[in-house]
Amino acid sequence: MKIFWALFRKELAAFFFSLTGYVIIAAITLLTGFSFVVLVQNLGTDPSPMPVTEMFYRTYFFWLIVLLATPVITMRLFALEKASGTFETLMTTQVGDTQVVAAKFSAALFFYLFAWLPLLGCLFIVRHFTHQNAALDAGTMGGMFLGIFLTGGLFLSLGCFASSLTKSQMAAAMISFVLGVSLFALGFLAEAIPASARWSAQVISYFGLFEQMHDFARGVVDTRAVIFYASATFLFLFLTLRVVESRRWK
Amino acid sequence: MIQVSNLTKRYGGRTAVDDISFTVAPGEIVGLLGPNGAGKSTTMRVLSGFMPATSGTVRVAGLDVFHDSDEVRRRIGYMPENNPLYPEMRVREYLKFRARLKGLGWKNSRARVDAVMEQCALTDASGRVIGQLSKGYKQRVGLADALVHEPELIILDEPTIGLDPQQIRSVRALIKSLADKHTVLISTHILPEVEMMCSRVLIMLGGKVLASDTPENLQRRMAGGSQIIAEIAAPESALRAVWENLPEVASFNLTAADGHYFRCALTPRAGLDLRPVIFGIARENDWQLRELTRSRHSLEDIYMQVTKPTTEEVE
Repeated sequence: MKIFWALFRKELAAFFFSLTGYVIIAAITLLTGFSFVVLVQNLGTDPSPMPVTEMFYRTYFFWLIVLLATPVITMRLFALEKASGTFETLMTTQVGDTQVVAAKFSAALFFYLFAWLPLLGCLFIVRHFTHQNAALDAGTMGGMFLGIFLTGGLFLSLGCFASSLTKSQMAAAMISFVLGVSLFALGFLAEAIPASARWSAQVISYFGLFEQMHDFARGVVDTRAVIFYASATFLFLFLTLRVVESRRWK
Repeated sequence: MIQVSNLTKRYGGRTAVDDISFTVAPGEIVGLLGPNGAGKSTTMRVLSGFMPATSGTVRVAGLDVFHDSDEVRRRIGYMPENNPLYPEMRVREYLKFRARLKGLGWKNSRARVDAVMEQCALTDASGRVIGQLSKGYKQRVGLADALVHEPELIILDEPTIGLDPQQIRSVRALIKSLADKHTVLISTHILPEVEMMCSRVLIMLGGKVLASDTPENLQRRMAGGSQIIAEIAAPESALRAVWENLPEVASFNLTAADGHYFRCALTPRAGLDLRPVIFGIARENDWQLRELTRSRHSLEDIYMQVTKPTTEEVE
């Protein structure tokens, strides 16, 4: 555990001591800002019973942030260490492979959540000026951030996996972007297929990331979605671990 | 300290290390010498536990590097090729991070980091960012990292590559100073380095160990072929007569030098030292002798001789 924290701190520091870290934060803040503008415009025009978080989600900037930011956050994690050779110094200390994967993923997730904090600010501003506590209660806000946490976990684990595959950060970013977009597109496929009892349609319906996140934004926490996200995250982390271990049997 | 038996490592369809065996005793400084691609780095990677062997066993301090990987890693300080570091970190911060990864406690790691920074003359650079350090400093940071957990065995892959002569000197002095407390295995393709630092040399080529001995013994082994050079002022015919009649001389070659001097290159019969004999002859005949040397084979000659076939193959 001591080793995990040492690694976690180092990885987190690497985000905050690098320009990339701030570029990512700035980009996410900018996109959140855009969505805030759209949100305020919507609020001004027609009254709606929707919670603010759902209105925010429906501005569609959400997925742009997830799909663009996660590959950039994770591309460095393994690829850079492999390219610079520090992977060798790292793996010849007392660290275990699991610790390395866990620490890198946790640090990326922590940073990702940190970068989302401006959204919280936006939501509070809305709440302050509308004087409507009902539009933004703790439940919907909790749902929204749980959704951000879970989707982030999934896409970041995917990025970790992509980064572990290659020495090139660029290639890692592209692989995770392509994988991420495909996964996201699968969600639309789920919507296009009419609900039926056929097993294939049922399986695909679990990949409806778009709709699942919509639920979270409304403050509806569906355990099926939570389990889906969590297990998919663990699957990709497990695959990452196998790749890291692969130097032992390759 | 190290027992390598029948180690073979294949990867990517290539045999990088081909059935090598050697041992290293505690307290030795052993140099792995060989051209690039000889399998030095691969051997070191297997020793450090980064990659498993394809076949054969490697033991460090009696423990198998694959099965007791944790225990072995605790006993090894490893600096890989090109000394990879995190450029964004500060020296002290990096060393502390590394100490923690190597399982040292909070207090202990602080004390050890101070100690190795002192040992590697890094104290004045403790707050500097690694990426901005000179190569010599970086190399010392790498060394400090290898030493921080007080390992019994230190493995350094080309520790002096890319340094200027001054820096090389300080790094060499540092490595030499480790000898009393640690066992050291270094790899290099720079010959004077092993001559200066190592108590034993392993010459590797094409994944095999071709020779293993002390630098002195390797030189002695080659001494049979060494020549004596003598410059003597004497009539050419007289010189010829003398060398022809001397039973210790296997063959000779005379060339005229400036003035009355002749340069005699004499090949002695196996292992004999001709120098006193030559001096005796010069004195008897009242000849002036202005130079008398034995051309010793340097490790370089040995190395060139041992590694010759492949250099030709490559070309």
